[in-house]
Amino acid sequence: MDTIFALSTPPGKAGVAIVRVSGPKAFDAAEKLAGGVPEPRYASLKKIRSLSGALIDEGLIIAFPKGMSFTGENVVEFQVHGSNSVVTLLQAELAKLDGFRHARNGEFTRRALENGRLDLTQVEGLADLIEAETTAQHAQAMSSFLGRFSEKAEAWRAEFVQISALLAVMIDFSDEDVPSDVIPVVIPQLANIRYEISAELDGVSVAERIRDGFEVAIVGEPNVGKSTLLNYIARREASIISDIPGTTRDVIEVRVDLRGLPITFLDTAGIRESSDPIEAMGVSRAIARAERADLRIFLVNGGESFVVERKPGDIVVGSKRDLGSDRAFAISGLSGEGVDELLSEISDILIDRVGLGGLATRTRHYNALKSCRDAIDEALRYLELGESSVDLAAEEVRSAVYALEELLGRVDVEEMLGKIFSSFCIGK
Amino acid sequence: MFHVKQFDVVVVGGGHAGVEAAHAAHRLGLSTALITKSKYDLGVMSCNPAIGGLGKGHLVREIDALDGLMARVADRSTIQHRLLNRSKGPAVRGPRAQIDRSVFRQEMASEIAKAGNISVIEGEVLDIIEENGRICGVNVAKLGDIRATSTIITTGTFLGGKIFVGREVVFGGRMGQTSSKALSDRFRGLGLGVGRLKTGTPPRLNSRTINWDALSRQEGDTHPEFLSFMTRKTSLPQIACGVTATNDLTHEIIRNNLHLSAMYGGDIEGVGPRYCPSIEDKVSRFADKSEHQVFLEPEGLNDDTVYPNGISTSLPVDIQESYVRSIRGLEQVEILQPGYAIEYDFLDPKSLEPTLEHSELKGLYFAGQINGTTGYEEAAAQGLVAGLNAGLAAKELPGLSFDRSSSYIGVMIDDLVSRGVTEPYRMFTSRAEFRLKLRIDNADQRLTEIGYSIGCVSEDRWAHYSTKKGRIAAGYHILSRRGFTSHELERVGFSVKHDGQKRTPFELLSLPGVDLADVVKLVESNEIAEFEPSILEQLAIEARYAHLLHRQESEVEALAKDQNLTIPLDFDYERLSGLSNEVKSKLKAHEPKTIAHAARLEGITPAALTRIVIELRRVELSRAHVG
Repeated sequence: MDTIFALSTPPGKAGVAIVRVSGPKAFDAAEKLAGGVPEPRYASLKKIRSLSGALIDEGLIIAFPKGMSFTGENVVEFQVHGSNSVVTLLQAELAKLDGFRHARNGEFTRRALENGRLDLTQVEGLADLIEAETTAQHAQAMSSFLGRFSEKAEAWRAEFVQISALLAVMIDFSDEDVPSDVIPVVIPQLANIRYEISAELDGVSVAERIRDGFEVAIVGEPNVGKSTLLNYIARREASIISDIPGTTRDVIEVRVDLRGLPITFLDTAGIRESSDPIEAMGVSRAIARAERADLRIFLVNGGESFVVERKPGDIVVGSKRDLGSDRAFAISGLSGEGVDELLSEISDILIDRVGLGGLATRTRHYNALKSCRDAIDEALRYLELGESSVDLAAEEVRSAVYALEELLGRVDVEEMLGKIFSSFCIGK
Repeated sequence: MFHVKQFDVVVVGGGHAGVEAAHAAHRLGLSTALITKSKYDLGVMSCNPAIGGLGKGHLVREIDALDGLMARVADRSTIQHRLLNRSKGPAVRGPRAQIDRSVFRQEMASEIAKAGNISVIEGEVLDIIEENGRICGVNVAKLGDIRATSTIITTGTFLGGKIFVGREVVFGGRMGQTSSKALSDRFRGLGLGVGRLKTGTPPRLNSRTINWDALSRQEGDTHPEFLSFMTRKTSLPQIACGVTATNDLTHEIIRNNLHLSAMYGGDIEGVGPRYCPSIEDKVSRFADKSEHQVFLEPEGLNDDTVYPNGISTSLPVDIQESYVRSIRGLEQVEILQPGYAIEYDFLDPKSLEPTLEHSELKGLYFAGQINGTTGYEEAAAQGLVAGLNAGLAAKELPGLSFDRSSSYIGVMIDDLVSRGVTEPYRMFTSRAEFRLKLRIDNADQRLTEIGYSIGCVSEDRWAHYSTKKGRIAAGYHILSRRGFTSHELERVGFSVKHDGQKRTPFELLSLPGVDLADVVKLVESNEIAEFEPSILEQLAIEARYAHLLHRQESEVEALAKDQNLTIPLDFDYERLSGLSNEVKSKLKAHEPKTIAHAARLEGITPAALTRIVIELRRVELSRAHVG
């Protein structure tokens, strides 16, 4: 049984973040990272260090022995400062321990369930929660945040089916049945997936998006007050991470940290009718960007006419409240009236949408990709040794697919066999 | 004429599933009746004259580990032994034996005769006897009722069998034999899910009319890998097979006559196996290939029949003759028996328990091709499972189910009862997710102890197995008792990482490029050098996979847990709004019996599984609450 860990408090900046560890080896975590296991069920203040000895944080450690914990297994809770970097570092160290891995979605609950730790009310509550979370994930997958990623995952899945089929041909049939050596075909295919996964890991997409968080587009007619609002937000928020001028004149980005959530506000200043073909191209890019964003704020003054499609959850708000607006919910980017309300509305919606597991999901994906890449490396190493190690290579590929199961869903053996029979003429 | 009409176990059908089932019940010490249409056809091989191969060889070894018949009977009738995939890693190798058909039949008949408590009865079974929802025997034409505590049906392709040679159709389960229509109608009447499958065979050729000198030859292995753990030597002289290939002319003849083929003419509604395509299939689906290999396999030492492996067909006889004669070496060949396609009924194996007992008709078991499988080995393995379980039930003992994580038999049974069949099911190495653990070398270590505990393994085999187990443990001890530093290892020529780790000789064996001889040198004493090569070799295999097997342990555990979480048939997936419609409809269509079954469906994520588990628990708790 693996020992699992995950952040169990809402993500982002907060006073305290709790990372929970559960499983047979849970106490190892306290032993190796906090210098010892405290007396059961007593909070104890400890310095938390990485395996190489670097200080990560100081926090409260509580150990719950088997039978007296939420999951029914040995559990250790790390209560640390609620900063993304502390939580990320701590989880990275946990992942290095033997027999430890990041918890899958709902896995703590499942273990609690299996160990008979939950009563009916709790189970019903959890059912609702998980349901909400899976729905939210679905919504997320549709949004810009993961949309591109899930497309990629689909492509990998198809490639993995192909690769597994090619390796299966070698182990399911003898040379006399299928007289072809597939290793030279498999190696570049695997290397290609490896390249793409590495690109994700190295920050082109997932990691970058962990840093970037959400995108909120401010849209509206020219002169409706978009830039004023953006400038106000940028000035007011002490925690501005950076302020990047748009690489094109189409979109201006401002990154802020809103209640612990990293958010990039987009000012789609360039959206207007244009006869200049180059500018028109920019405009359509800006529209696409705004539509892909996680949320859109429609600033209106007078009539509503949206060039950008309005999606469920988007906010419509009146502008120039200082000059008098006809809308119930209005703000002024100049005086700051209503802006706090707007910002808290935005963060409520996004926190809702991401659910409890939002950032955790991303960390989980990151870890899954990493184990996948490790397995691919092993598989490639075996393939280089030639057909004598094809059994080992096939196992590593299976393990790579297993790592991505959470993203890809199960790859079924029938699908893989189907691929074989459609692409190979079996000799006998 | 026989007098006893009450048995513990009655087996209908004397094919590979039937004999294995009857013998398994016999080994449990039960009185057994085996009813067959012809006493002379016990374990007859109606298709290719070979047993074993990839995946299939694993099944045969497992049957042997439980003291079944197939491996030992095959070893005694083998005229060519070959270990397939020898170059590809020990877990995926499979022993294959070319069989002398008539010797096999004699040996099988003598095994059954030797088993004192098996009564072989000739007759046609017309019906099953049902009393109070239990099946308690069968009704046989002219003989009347034969009663038994457990009844096993292994009728192969005989239920509703139809044979096609070109556009000609005859009813039969095998060339020259009638099919069982009465029983087929009875099963349909009972509402057992019946579907149609098809399979085909090639024409049989007269060896004396083949120009062998024009052909290349394929020899057997010099050091044979036997199918049975107990076999020490070959029993028969060994032969070579011929190898030839189809050509453009062959393909042209077939293409021009496709419309005359039963398979292509639309006369057959059943689904055929994708992995064993007819020559018609090969020529049309792989049109770019200019030739297809054909293996000419003699069917016996004193038999002029040759089985041309690779050209099964349902074309008319004259077309068969002309395309076969277009092949090199077969220019003058005489066809002894034309190739044919056969279409037959199978029962949906989803209605069976993992013991192969029908889930509603208690006391009734099904095994073999009738469950939608193909191949002697698949049939025999199911016969064994059904025979053991029917026997255990007759003794009022708990059933024995086989696990995916401990045998290929378990993989097959689980696939059958959880997913059913859409094409003839064949074993493949890739169907076993734990294939590195499920190897031919350790089939006995996986199964013999279980077999001995239920009483189906002889004392002789048990003693043999116990010796092997002891030797392996001793060898492992010697190879693991001392670790060597990287410096020590470098001095004797190993190159290892300088990571401060000590490595035992056993651990060294897992490194690529390290072989047994190097490691044996490292162990200072002579003890290890005195070990039997087969024991050392197995230790090397264990070492090769040790780290991956360790990694799989948690997966095995998770599977065991998921298997215990059963999903009721009336489970309402619609309630789970967190699941996508695609996932929901997949679950509804497959009706998984357990979470483990659900987990194996295409595209199911761990999150979706958790959602189902929670719902199961919720329903269970709220029932308890109300109750």
